[in-house]
Amino acid sequence: MSWLSLIWANLFRHRVRTILTLVSVLVAFLLFALLRNVIESFATGIEIAGVDRLVTAPKYSMVDRLPLAHLQQIEAVDGVVAVTHANWFGGYYQDPANFFPKYPVRPREWFAMYSEYRIAPEQLDAFANTRDGAVVPVGLAEQYGWKVGDRIPITADIYPKKDGSRHWEFELVGTYSAPPDEPQPVTFLFQYDYWDQATQHSAGTVAWFVVKVADPDAAGEVARRIDALFEQSRNPTRTSTEAERQRQFANQVGDIGLMMSGILGAVFFTILLLTANTMSQGLRERIPELAVLKTIGFTDDSVSLLVLGEALVLCLVAGALGLALGAYVSAVLAPLLESAIGVFETSWRTVALGLGLAALLGLVVGAGPALNARRVTIVDALRE
Amino acid sequence: MAAMVHLAGVSKAYRRGKETVQVLDDLDLDVAEGDFLALMGPSGSGKSTLLNLIGGLDHPTDGVVEVAGQRLDRLSASALARWRARHIGFVFQFYNLLPVLSAVRNVELPLLLTRLSRRERRQRALTALDIVNLADRASHKPGELSGGQQQRVAIARALVADPSVLVCDEPTGDLDRESADQILGLLEVLNRDHGKTIIMVTHDPRAAEHARHVLHLDKGRLRRLTAAGAVAGTVSS
Repeated sequence: MSWLSLIWANLFRHRVRTILTLVSVLVAFLLFALLRNVIESFATGIEIAGVDRLVTAPKYSMVDRLPLAHLQQIEAVDGVVAVTHANWFGGYYQDPANFFPKYPVRPREWFAMYSEYRIAPEQLDAFANTRDGAVVPVGLAEQYGWKVGDRIPITADIYPKKDGSRHWEFELVGTYSAPPDEPQPVTFLFQYDYWDQATQHSAGTVAWFVVKVADPDAAGEVARRIDALFEQSRNPTRTSTEAERQRQFANQVGDIGLMMSGILGAVFFTILLLTANTMSQGLRERIPELAVLKTIGFTDDSVSLLVLGEALVLCLVAGALGLALGAYVSAVLAPLLESAIGVFETSWRTVALGLGLAALLGLVVGAGPALNARRVTIVDALRE
Repeated sequence: MAAMVHLAGVSKAYRRGKETVQVLDDLDLDVAEGDFLALMGPSGSGKSTLLNLIGGLDHPTDGVVEVAGQRLDRLSASALARWRARHIGFVFQFYNLLPVLSAVRNVELPLLLTRLSRRERRQRALTALDIVNLADRASHKPGELSGGQQQRVAIARALVADPSVLVCDEPTGDLDRESADQILGLLEVLNRDHGKTIIMVTHDPRAAEHARHVLHLDKGRLRRLTAAGAVAGTVSS
């Protein structure tokens, strides 16, 4: 028998209680691994090289706009194959709770740019030829029970019409989807020209351009050329990957890192209270045993360290399992999240930080019981 | 023969609220090496307190406690713990085994404090279990053993570090007569064949008959020595 096996045996004297505590700590560290992935993804830049599609957006704020006239200048940049554009329309269908992205786009250019999306040729023709036409993802049509030919009312919040009305209506002319094993689209698409002619303000502008490059390995250089083109203009740009743009958009909602850290803080505070309570309860039941250990020669320090060791082992084992599970789940989710936030993986830095946090958690939850174990007096405890 | 236990002018008082309770009062006692001494007396007479002082579990309020040549009243708590590990083996009425450990691991516990290798520790624990005739129950947990068997495991644990003195507090108090006789026979063997000095608190006169000497305590003072034995022991109170 070793000290570790003594600690292990003590931990599992109440198997169910220990397993439940272990699972709760494990889940906290699983969450820690996943949220740390998000924080790290938002904290580090996305590598531009290797992508064939870039996004050119206003340099300083996503609420700024770019003139449509930029399009021709971007098309002329060496290395650029095609350019299209989109706007963030906002608005809602029937109820503000029915939220989904809506972009005014140029139909043929958009689907040429996003060639991975599948749309029937006749529906694409209808989209291109219908002024108030719209196409939606198959999933969205199923969700709201829309069929081709339906008229879909959208209430605008950003863009009223020239007559002041916020009521926009579109004719559904088709649906589109991504290949079955790919992340499915969620965006309601309608004609840019319709929006441009009907909007009360911002006509002739776009929110961002999507740029296809000839050589993915030269994507970084192309991005620098585009941004250099507008550096001195009234509308400077920032060109990056689609994933980087998604992250910028998420960051408009708030400080993602701070929010994730807040969630983690709440989770770990709860786990700390839960585990500390369990450890204290376990200790109270064993006071006579601790007195016996002291009787046969264990010092106050060694008994105290034994109890602290139990908390440390519990938290480290649960932490390590949680981090391992987090790494596995991250690997599974990574392909699905790549387009949204870029790299999603559990780094060695997260593992080291997690193990350090597990050790700290063990020390904090074990400190009280260890101190109490140290204070146990043999004569009093044995008399009880 | 030299005194294994020497107590001179020992007093012990406890505070109970505002009241001071005098448990032992100016007590002198010498127990020779190799003696088997039974301590008897009514409840509250101070038997367990005396045992605690001899076993180094408690400090006297006044007086000298010397066991195995060591003045215990001068040792710090940690030094006393280390001393206990080397010199004293404890046997309790309710066995006080760790329920999560097998018999052999319970016996091995005191050896965790030594520099012995894991293999040596296990070997010694098995030898101690063999002495109490329980080697075949080595892997059983306390809950799987009878009361008598648990007490034998507790005796093996008390023996395993080869202490000078065995301190037994009502070792048969929770056992049926047959198991009690086995335990008392075992203690006799340890005293006679292995030379262990044994000090045993008991309420049971039949248990006391197994000792070489019997001391009676009453109201914190030693009253009389009722059994004569081959080993010299002097009592004064």
